[in-house]
Amino acid sequence: MNRHTVITHFILIIGAMFMTLPVWVAFMTSTHAPETILREGLQFWPGGHFLETYNEVLFEPGGVMKKVTALGMMKNSLILGIGFSVGKVIISMFAAYAIVYFRFRMANFLFWIIFMTLLLPLEVRIIPSYKVVADLGLLDTHTGLIVPLIASATGTFFFRQFFRSVPDEILEAARLDGASTWSFFIDILVPLSKTMIAAILIIMFVVGWNQYLWPLIMTTKEENYTLVIGIKQIYQVLNEGGELPQFQKAFALTILATLPPVLVVLVFQKWFVKGLVESEK
Amino acid sequence: MAEVELKGVRKVYPNGAEAIRGVDMQITDGELVVFVGPSGCGKSTLLRMVAGLETITEGEISIGGRVINDVSPSDRDVAMVFQNYALYPHMTVRGNMSYGLKNRKIPKDEITRIVEETAKMLRIDDYLDRQPNELSGGQRQRVAMGRAIVRNPKVFLFDEPLSNLDAKLRVQMRIEIKRLQRRMNVTSIYVTHDQTEAMTLADRLAVINEGRVEQMGAPMELYTNPRTLFVASFIGAPQMNLIPVRFDGTDLGDGVSRFSGFSDLPMDTDLVLGVRPDILSIMEDGQLDFRVDLVEQHGGENLIYGTIVGSDQGAAHGLEICLKANQQMLPKVEDTLQLGFDPAKAFVFRKDTGERLV
Repeated sequence: MNRHTVITHFILIIGAMFMTLPVWVAFMTSTHAPETILREGLQFWPGGHFLETYNEVLFEPGGVMKKVTALGMMKNSLILGIGFSVGKVIISMFAAYAIVYFRFRMANFLFWIIFMTLLLPLEVRIIPSYKVVADLGLLDTHTGLIVPLIASATGTFFFRQFFRSVPDEILEAARLDGASTWSFFIDILVPLSKTMIAAILIIMFVVGWNQYLWPLIMTTKEENYTLVIGIKQIYQVLNEGGELPQFQKAFALTILATLPPVLVVLVFQKWFVKGLVESEK
Repeated sequence: MAEVELKGVRKVYPNGAEAIRGVDMQITDGELVVFVGPSGCGKSTLLRMVAGLETITEGEISIGGRVINDVSPSDRDVAMVFQNYALYPHMTVRGNMSYGLKNRKIPKDEITRIVEETAKMLRIDDYLDRQPNELSGGQRQRVAMGRAIVRNPKVFLFDEPLSNLDAKLRVQMRIEIKRLQRRMNVTSIYVTHDQTEAMTLADRLAVINEGRVEQMGAPMELYTNPRTLFVASFIGAPQMNLIPVRFDGTDLGDGVSRFSGFSDLPMDTDLVLGVRPDILSIMEDGQLDFRVDLVEQHGGENLIYGTIVGSDQGAAHGLEICLKANQQMLPKVEDTLQLGFDPAKAFVFRKDTGERLV
């Protein structure tokens, strides 16, 4: 090993530790009893309360109203994450299909309008969106939680770029083969976009899972909380309760909240990378 | 089986560019017609108009007596083979070949039978369950043809189908296409920019230039009897030698050499003398002084390139001439030869209109 590789590895290791250490500390701390944490602070090595803590968090209702378990919140988060990502993929594929393959007036202009919404974060339109959802009576429903979020400029952009890279001859061959507008989409474009779909599903699942502000203002009942909000709630209880602060539960919840996105990325990593780098059509 | 008829066909793009400027053509049943021309001449556009992939601005195209201007591509009963094969990358060979039939709601076992039969004919039956990216270029080309054949169309359209193949395979596939077309006896239109391909494949050739058919006829007719300067220079390899000349009442002259044996030509305009490389030969009393600068040995014959002595006066380059000779003839570079030709076998064109005079 020469000096060069030693240095690059050193930097790499430092970087990796920088990223993983907080997660490690959170996980380790969550396996200790609340008294230990209160007395000694953050923990670097495993304690003996792993099963106890996680059992309590997952299956015993917590929160302010003692109505919701982590498992329930996880279910809500999963619904949001999956609905959000699947919805985004479907909507943006249709949008991109129209923009790329249909000749209609101002198609390009409309695309740039959609593209420009990339510059606007959700927070900009959160009040009007809330008003619309509230007027439709969709507060505290999964529909209200998901639908306002599923229009996706990012997804539309990615699919547009991908569709444009599909050779025109494929479309022409399909037309001569008698494929209708719909069957060209389903039989040719969707299978060709498989890896692209996977990549966008993964990204969007993580984004959806991590949504905080929108679920926070959309849900009023504790049983509709998502995990990310649950964490916030538990910290709130910590400070207000007057009981012994339950830091280990907060950390356990944090670990639980990071698990599904991590799993999704790990399991689909191959597809994900393929989708981002694939050039062979 | 069907004949194809084009009547006053024009194509103008929305930006005003005129791609096809009035084409009339009749293709008889079972005939293989080749559209040939330089890139950008409109030959592909014309083919795509027959296929229905481009709209027809003006005029009429009919297949088997039915006007198909407003008929969708899939209902025109045509099949097309594309230059880059345009196979569906995610489908197997079988999937590629059956897709069109599936869309036509043909029963499954019928599809299987047709596909397998065609695959056998094209010798791709061993690859039916492979995907296009596992096949070689020649095999992909066969699959593309198979996809066209299974639909049993009235007209085959080929859009430069061999230009992505290497030279050897191209010759092989060319012969195969010709045989296949003979055997199936389906009216075919074949687009290429390669004049050898055009000459060897065609029953009839249409030389296309700037959106017009310059001349249409049997390959040998176009070779021996070209109607315009463009056709004469496009057909034949190596290219015909073109020498700018004027007529002085008795002889043709280019300021350096004089060519006798011509009469009744206009004296007031620039002319072009066309001499094919194979009618040039070395003669004692030849009219052309020729300086060799390159000899290409092709095995059976040699191509000798050089310039006309004296033609570089007042010009940056001398006039280039090519001569086809047998393999024994091996002049050295910078040798000067006397060349002559039989005036009866030469052509004379008007320079401004390209019209052939002799």
